[in-house]
Amino acid sequence: MTRLIAIVCTVLALAGPALAVLPSEQLSNPKLEARARKIGAELRCLVCQNETIDESEAPLAGDLRVLLRQRLVAGDTDRQAIAYIVARYGHFVLLKPPFEADTLILWLGPFLVLVLGGVGMAYMPLGKAAPDAKVTASLTPEEEAALARRLEADRV
Amino acid sequence: MRRLIFLTPIALFAIMVAGFALGLRRDPSLLPSTLIGKPLPRFSLPPVDPKAPGLTSADMTGGGPRLLNVFGSWCVSCRYEHPVLMALKSQGVAIEGLDWRDTRADATRFLAAEGNPYERIGDDEAGRTVIDLGVAAAPETFVVDRQGRVRYKQVGPITPEVWTSTLAPLMARLKSE
Repeated sequence: MTRLIAIVCTVLALAGPALAVLPSEQLSNPKLEARARKIGAELRCLVCQNETIDESEAPLAGDLRVLLRQRLVAGDTDRQAIAYIVARYGHFVLLKPPFEADTLILWLGPFLVLVLGGVGMAYMPLGKAAPDAKVTASLTPEEEAALARRLEADRV
Repeated sequence: MRRLIFLTPIALFAIMVAGFALGLRRDPSLLPSTLIGKPLPRFSLPPVDPKAPGLTSADMTGGGPRLLNVFGSWCVSCRYEHPVLMALKSQGVAIEGLDWRDTRADATRFLAAEGNPYERIGDDEAGRTVIDLGVAAAPETFVVDRQGRVRYKQVGPITPEVWTSTLAPLMARLKSE
């Protein structure tokens, strides 16, 4: 059983994402191909919008992969190659949006919520008991006696 | 003060729900074009029909405002749009075509059967010009003014409603510019 689990885990660990990058598209220079893969994993396919261009089977994604490789072969830096595609399709192609005025809420929103929550908790008297605690704290002698009797009865 | 503390998160949550409710209704395929207000990128494409002229970006300047329609014979929505383009042609609207990832034989057959609404057609078999235009899916139609600048991009087929409510008023305004 342990062995089976070990085999399954090994196989799962070896399985990468299913890429659509065709052998015919790949560059012979492994360094450039590695750069292309890294960039391709950050670019959104415009057709299947939640896939990267490396994962997508859409013809447009294939054209973009080829174009990206041509830019790299032509001597573009990673940044220039990405800018080339962003100039055509807008920031929407970036799966990781840049940090700029338009995207401030996106990047800082979670921290804002955290701060607001912290402020809220600081003001919220969480430690103190509910206001009617005082009333329940003091029982009348009759109630004390009734409670004692009830407890005694339960014990038996 | 205490009430405020309790109500603030609820109010914030309500605002978020309203934001998501609006945001989730938006069509994610309607991407804003990066070309609005800018000149068309330069391109020079061969024709589909060897006897006809091809299409270059220079052809898009001068004259009046014109439409640049990205289509393909393989594109189902383009077939749906086609009768509208034919009707626009008969009204005298200048439409140029950009045939995307198509074979000449298929495009010729498609236009012979359905009619040819285009003044010129550029054959973008490799799909490179279409990428320069930032097109994600056919059909997309650019409204190009006299100076060859892109003024609007219609994503998806031009329906009679789209034409009368959006494109026709825009074309009329560009004509008088």
